[in-house]
Amino acid sequence: MLILSGIVVVMAGFAARINPLLVIVVAALLTGLAAGLNIIEVVAALGKAFNDSRYISVVWLILPAIGLLERAGLQQRARTLIAGLRSATTGRLLMLYFTLRQITAALGLTSLGGHAQMVRPLIAPMAEAAAESRFGPLPDIWRQRVRAQAAAVDNIALFFGEDLFVAIGSILLIVGFLAGNGVTVAPLALALWAIPTALAAALIHGIRLHRFDRRLRRALSVPDLAGGATR
Amino acid sequence: MIGLGSVYLVAGLMFAGFALASARDRSHPKRWGHAAFWGLFALSFLLGDRLGDLANGALVIALVLIAGLGGLAPARPPATAATPAAAGNTGSGLGLLVTALAIPLVTLAGVLAAPRLQWREMPLIDPRHATLVSLMLGAAVAVLLGLLLLRQPPRAAVDEGRRLMDTVGWAALLPQMLAALGAVFALAGVGPVIGELAGRLAIGGPYASVVAYGLGMALFTMIMGNAFAAFPVMTAGIGLPLVVQAHGGDPVAMGAIGMLSGFCGTLMTPMAANFNLVPAALLELHDRHAVIKAQLPTALALLAFNIALMALVVYR
Repeated sequence: MLILSGIVVVMAGFAARINPLLVIVVAALLTGLAAGLNIIEVVAALGKAFNDSRYISVVWLILPAIGLLERAGLQQRARTLIAGLRSATTGRLLMLYFTLRQITAALGLTSLGGHAQMVRPLIAPMAEAAAESRFGPLPDIWRQRVRAQAAAVDNIALFFGEDLFVAIGSILLIVGFLAGNGVTVAPLALALWAIPTALAAALIHGIRLHRFDRRLRRALSVPDLAGGATR
Repeated sequence: MIGLGSVYLVAGLMFAGFALASARDRSHPKRWGHAAFWGLFALSFLLGDRLGDLANGALVIALVLIAGLGGLAPARPPATAATPAAAGNTGSGLGLLVTALAIPLVTLAGVLAAPRLQWREMPLIDPRHATLVSLMLGAAVAVLLGLLLLRQPPRAAVDEGRRLMDTVGWAALLPQMLAALGAVFALAGVGPVIGELAGRLAIGGPYASVVAYGLGMALFTMIMGNAFAAFPVMTAGIGLPLVVQAHGGDPVAMGAIGMLSGFCGTLMTPMAANFNLVPAALLELHDRHAVIKAQLPTALALLAFNIALMALVVYR
């Protein structure tokens, strides 16, 4: 049971909002020690694991390109484009992105999106502009909420879209694990079972975005209430 | 052949560029902290395979101490990005569009074409790492287009990249650190302990087993930050012995919907840093957990849906 001490440290550390990097290192060291390694072996194990996981940080290679785009005015372009569309609201725009992201992910095109590639340079500024063209400058608290919604849409649409694609990692993992336990399943059968949840995700999140629009309107269309007096 | 080695070399050079630019930035309040942090990260990419495990471990601890003890300054207001539009520097709409689309399209083309690109019987792109190599090519093409079509100075690629990198700050390291923690957990045998514990707690009828499996997938995913790590543990601990073997459930529906229940957990945990904490940093949100809060109602509703769906179909 001592081996679970690392998990306790992680939960307590995240709850107490201590710097997550410190929490992770302490948790890793504790877990290694609890498993009977000495401190040198634990540090070496952590070092090896970190080195083997470098591929995860390769995604930052796109930052110089995104930075150049922002410097050349991509965010302003995105804003002007949306400000010219009368029918655009934050919720409708995000639902359109949700649908596109979910469909492309279902076709295996998971790289057409993402927080650094799409949300920060395009989707978040567009969602903000849709609110600003209706209600004027956004109070900071609502700007923050709109941005958080934009990030949430990217995640939810991706998670509940990609499992419809038969060659995605999660489907292959299920097939492989069940095969290792003597159960043969076809990837296509697994992908079919992802359809009901994909539809439910679109419906539930669509309703929530619709209600987000309503909350925005209620909070911001009366000038006296602007500034986050609600909630 | 372009493989993981070339990708790490390019990434290492980029981080080294950020470190150098930080060190030369006299106006920066914490220039040496940033220079050391990105410099060590660059070292890991350039020489990580030659350092040995212990030195890599020391490198990790040094990185974490710099970040954890206040060696990095919070993101500064954009120095260059705010001005260009005013200076008449705005790129043409078409140039912006082409450059912005270059990253996803080149990545996609690279992934699709990798198996066919050959030169003298040798693959040009390492098929095992086609996605990462293609992402690097996409980023490189986009930078080139940015310099040519958008007429940006080459220096801006480093400066703007560093500006964004500093906006993300130490959170940039979180996904990789969490993966390393997961590997240490696996080495120490945390998974089987949890699986056994969950299996012992989850006694009951067919429907109670489904609820235990679905909730277990979501909860253990929240702990590990990753449904892929939770799936084998929970399926071996509860799914296969109880739902399938004891009560005759269908492993296909159980596995598929179980994984989706895990994804609901991913939406609710700071341990899934690349999905939940990194975007909060990228979007400059004051509340580190703002994205999780925005996702919480959808995640809970979908978890309930998934468990109900599994209960409905798994024993048909």
